[in-house]
Amino acid sequence: MCALCGVLGGSDHWTDVAARPGVFTRNTDPLERRRERARRVSVANRILTQFGMRLSDWQGTSFQLSTLTGKTELVENLSHIWASAEKLSGRVCDPLDPALLRRLEAARD
Amino acid sequence: MTEAIPQFTPVTLLTGFLGSGKTTLLQRLLADPSLADTAVLINEFGEVGLDHHLLQRIDDNTVLLQSGCVCCTIRGELSDAMRDLHSRRSRGDIPPFRRLAIETTGLADPFPVLTTLHADPVLKHHFRVAGVITTVDAVNGSAQMLRYAESVKQAAVADRLVITKTDLADPEQTWKLLSTLKQINPAARILYAASPNLDTAALLADTPFDAGAHGDMVREWFHEAGHAHHHDHAGHDPNRHGNIHAFALTFDRPLDWTVFGIWLTMLLNRHGEQVLRVKGILDVGGGSPPVAIHGVQHLVHPPVHMQDWPEAARASRIVFIVNGLQRADIEASLAGFMALASPAPAAA
Repeated sequence: MCALCGVLGGSDHWTDVAARPGVFTRNTDPLERRRERARRVSVANRILTQFGMRLSDWQGTSFQLSTLTGKTELVENLSHIWASAEKLSGRVCDPLDPALLRRLEAARD
Repeated sequence: MTEAIPQFTPVTLLTGFLGSGKTTLLQRLLADPSLADTAVLINEFGEVGLDHHLLQRIDDNTVLLQSGCVCCTIRGELSDAMRDLHSRRSRGDIPPFRRLAIETTGLADPFPVLTTLHADPVLKHHFRVAGVITTVDAVNGSAQMLRYAESVKQAAVADRLVITKTDLADPEQTWKLLSTLKQINPAARILYAASPNLDTAALLADTPFDAGAHGDMVREWFHEAGHAHHHDHAGHDPNRHGNIHAFALTFDRPLDWTVFGIWLTMLLNRHGEQVLRVKGILDVGGGSPPVAIHGVQHLVHPPVHMQDWPEAARASRIVFIVNGLQRADIEASLAGFMALASPAPAAA
């Protein structure tokens, strides 16, 4: 179900489709699928940490998004993460923001 | 009877400004015997009469379901009409149509129609978007696009643009409109309604980024979009019309699919209104075949696994048609995010 919209069966997000192991395999190769989800969480956290938030996998089906003060929301897919992140943090999550890009670069070094 | 029903019925959206000749074009399409098995949904009966055995009006008295996020918006009345068609076809109450055309009202934003097909929990298992056709009037089109944002948006989201009423316009008007349309949407194929050679079947055929598309179609699309990054000799950008700007980004190294998904979802969440189109063919690495992506504003269609590269070079290529965003900002942002593909440094 889409957590934001209440639409049943909304689990076929476009990012789940790709010609790579683990992505877009629903009932086969669960290990690769888990590995891909773990990587998504890891990459997303490198961005979300800039907004004081943290993402974790929830039962291999959804994601749990939390702020440092404990506000938490379950989100279905990557698209919904950003809308929820803006709502929970009260901040704009803009990938074009030069300040964000600078902070991401600094965190890499 | 049921074996004649396709697993996913292709849906073509026919849009265009008021009086731009949508219904006349539809009338012509339906007159083609090879398109007789097309069901038609229209928003309103206009001045041009349509006589077709599979014609149904979309009732506008159904409550719209405004969902929580933009990409899940479902137009209730459209959903009801399509479910009804599907149900009656399954029961054998109506002929087994093999494609569906939806004619929108002249001022309609095509986006909610596309999201309905994408997000409706029933429809998405039976229908798929085949493409968007936009009619533009050669006499009034240029002026409409200066005055009405809806008109520009309809042209920008089109897969095929059909210029109508060229018989009433002088060649200068038509040429000016053609030039404007190429600025707004260099990736769309442009056809002329008055042409005796208008290939009506091709208009309703799959667009390059449908699941059923094959390599030739994608090659054709890239040929059309190939001009999206050129500037003319005077330094003028021929792909800019007001704030609408088309450009192509190319990458000679594989793009990390995980990072790309995170970046594009974040971009569309914040700027989806301004990203009118994003289309691309991506090398996701690992020797995998390319993945074609296709998005309209907040909505990204399921990516298509290509069998092979359309061109000899295996370079990822993404074309953006944006409204008010800058190419340099998008390029810098994607590059910055792609650097996240390498593991994070260990904490000291």
